[in-house]
Amino acid sequence: MSTEEKYVAAAYLVIFAVVLAYVVIIALKLQRLERELSELAELARVKQEERKAVAVG
Amino acid sequence: MSTWLRNNRLAALAALAFALITASIALVFFYAPVDSDGLNQKIFYFHVGIALTAYACFAWGGWKALRVLWKGEESADLESYVAIHQGVIFGALTLVTGSIWARYRWGHWWEWHEDQLVLFLVLFLFYAAYFMLRFSVPAGPRRANLSAVYALFGVALVPVSILAIRLSERFIHPVAFDRHGPNMAGSQFFTFCVSLAAMLTLAATLYHVELAGKRIDVRLRELREALR
Repeated sequence: MSTEEKYVAAAYLVIFAVVLAYVVIIALKLQRLERELSELAELARVKQEERKAVAVG
Repeated sequence: MSTWLRNNRLAALAALAFALITASIALVFFYAPVDSDGLNQKIFYFHVGIALTAYACFAWGGWKALRVLWKGEESADLESYVAIHQGVIFGALTLVTGSIWARYRWGHWWEWHEDQLVLFLVLFLFYAAYFMLRFSVPAGPRRANLSAVYALFGVALVPVSILAIRLSERFIHPVAFDRHGPNMAGSQFFTFCVSLAAMLTLAATLYHVELAGKRIDVRLRELREALR
């Protein structure tokens, strides 16, 4: 591979790497959102059970 | 518009971005001729497309900032922030791909006496500082207004940056477009247009993905507050 070809390949690889890094960051964020949503669903279930217990009592 | 397309706009946009990027890479390497600048000129197709996309993102961020100040639209603040974030990402890519091109062509990674380069760096650093300002103020209308005013100041730098190369009397940066039109063959111009469309579609896709994530984040925070 000539020096010129290496520079062209480097430029295109940088673009690919940045887009890939962006996708990884978004994937990590999605994982965090999913975890938070699970926590909130659990919190909502606990609250609902508490309300039911108060109503029965 | 079909129901599927209406319900899956983001997926359709992502598919379009993928198709355009694939087409532009094929055109750059198998269709566009190698000119006097050599193989290194192949960087131009994406480098200029990315730079124009960065300008478009900053302009979109400015438009949304104007909506915040003019109409008091709360959602426009988040849209302006995401657009500027995209602009900074594409701006960083412009600087890196431009430096790689310059290293081979000029023998230097950077030329401080080149107005076009320095003005683009100023524009990039100006918008990089936007995040420092934004996150130094607590969330609320004050932060939205301050961020919007700052974003609008930045938009004034966009035409200055684009025109710098044409107004400058002493430059070595190549001029792809002048008052007579594009300085390239028809096949090269067609390849450039496809590359530009690919970069704009990619930016639009990433903008909508990031915006959706941020909106879910805000709604989850509201839900957490409501459940306490």
